[in-house]
Amino acid sequence: MTEFLLIFRRDIRKEAQPSPEQMQAAVKHWQDWIGGIAAQNRLARQPQRWSADARVVRPGNLVTDGPYAEIKEAIGGLLFIKADDFDDAAEIAKGCPILEWGGNVEIRMAVSPEDAA
Amino acid sequence: MNGNELIPHLFRTEYRKLVSVLCYHFGIQHIETAEDIVSDTFLAASESWGMKGVPENPVAWLYTVAKNKTRNHLKRNKLFEQKLSPEIRYAGTESEEPEPDFSDRNIEDSQLAMIFTVCNPLVSSEAQVALALNLLCGFGAQEIADAFLSNREVIYKRLNRAREKLKEADIAIAPPAAAEIDARLDNVLTTLYLLFNEGYYSASQNTILRRELCAEAMRLVYLLSENPLTARPSVDALLALMCFHSSRFEARSGQNGEIILYDDQDETLWNRELIRHGTFLLERSSTGNVLTKYHLEANIAYWHTHKQDSAEKWENILQLYNRLLQLEYSPMAALNRTYALSKANGKEEAIREAEKLGLDDNHFYFSLLGNLYSDVDNTKAMQYFRKALELAHSEAERRLITRNIERLSSGATG
Repeated sequence: MTEFLLIFRRDIRKEAQPSPEQMQAAVKHWQDWIGGIAAQNRLARQPQRWSADARVVRPGNLVTDGPYAEIKEAIGGLLFIKADDFDDAAEIAKGCPILEWGGNVEIRMAVSPEDAA
Repeated sequence: MNGNELIPHLFRTEYRKLVSVLCYHFGIQHIETAEDIVSDTFLAASESWGMKGVPENPVAWLYTVAKNKTRNHLKRNKLFEQKLSPEIRYAGTESEEPEPDFSDRNIEDSQLAMIFTVCNPLVSSEAQVALALNLLCGFGAQEIADAFLSNREVIYKRLNRAREKLKEADIAIAPPAAAEIDARLDNVLTTLYLLFNEGYYSASQNTILRRELCAEAMRLVYLLSENPLTARPSVDALLALMCFHSSRFEARSGQNGEIILYDDQDETLWNRELIRHGTFLLERSSTGNVLTKYHLEANIAYWHTHKQDSAEKWENILQLYNRLLQLEYSPMAALNRTYALSKANGKEEAIREAEKLGLDDNHFYFSLLGNLYSDVDNTKAMQYFRKALELAHSEAERRLITRNIERLSSGATG
């Protein structure tokens, strides 16, 4: 099996934010989804949560708070999984709760040095 | 207690202390000498107490005799002047002969030192478990073989290889330095956890021996929990887990040694005292910022001490398994998580998830599928139970699956 990276992106505009009740249900969905992947022994690395807060560094040593002013979609999280191929990884990604919020999952495959050469 | 009952009792409580103090005294190269002296001491006790009656303070008697035997041994072998003497850690004057120190403080230090010596990653984890039983609990190769469903020769070789390795590396028998505790405690806890599981989940029919294994593991973890050097939240969590599990010992096997599953257990047989103590330890373990698998497993076991099904119970158990699996995968955790999923989210979702597990050589997997399909598709359920029956290793497990099959067929026809 190969390592794949799942990148979750979602709409970060204010009007698209879930209510507290929806948030609570979402937490369970995430945990059940990741727990299911873990139960198949398909987690490649331990899940890590990342802050919603962000800094962006631009040329000229310009540091700004988050990318929020210019874009409407931001990375909501990352997950490293094991899968046979892109199709297999996509099957797993179909269960991702971000899809219920109109977000999307980008899938990248780990490239070994031989592949890259 | 008369002498006949007292000696086995003292063997359980004092063997470890005597061996530890003497090993600590002599060093790793002479652990057999330490063991011989302790065996001789107990032999002397059974002879002398049988004839003259039990002394007023039997424990002090054992310590004195062990001391004398050590002294005689050193004289007799003239090892004292030649090689052993420089290794002995003793701060006495030169004219005095070094004597093993049986003060409470030294007993404590010695036992801690020995636990860390035995649980050394230099030897395989299964050898660590065997060595712990042997050196720390006074189990012979035959007893260990019975517990592991192995044979005496295999265990004997395993023990010897492990001892040789420790000697070759010239491991110092010493309590770990405070700075090393975190790095080394993990492995110690893993070994004691395996030792407990060996007793708790063993396929061996010998329930007395199995309980003895669990009790020994608990004694050793307790020792760690009482020592300021090793009293960590993870230690409390592990001991809590052991308390919860062993609280069900009385209820989990029937008169003929058959397995009684959780759902069918008579909860009045659960040991409330152990549950209370486990709950106390679990609360005490909830400090610090390290969440270990023992915390998660102890919490799962805690929820199982509530017999009554509730949405809250199964939702909590499911989430704990979700986290446990993210920390460390194991087939058993994956199966238990799927069972919890059926209780929390329903059978339909659990069946979908179960079919992705692909544990095709695991009879528990097919038993789980059989259970999930019961009352959903009984024909399929029956096929899965039959498959489980084919793969089961032990007679007790086969009997359990057969009962499931009978239950299913009587339900289907009646």
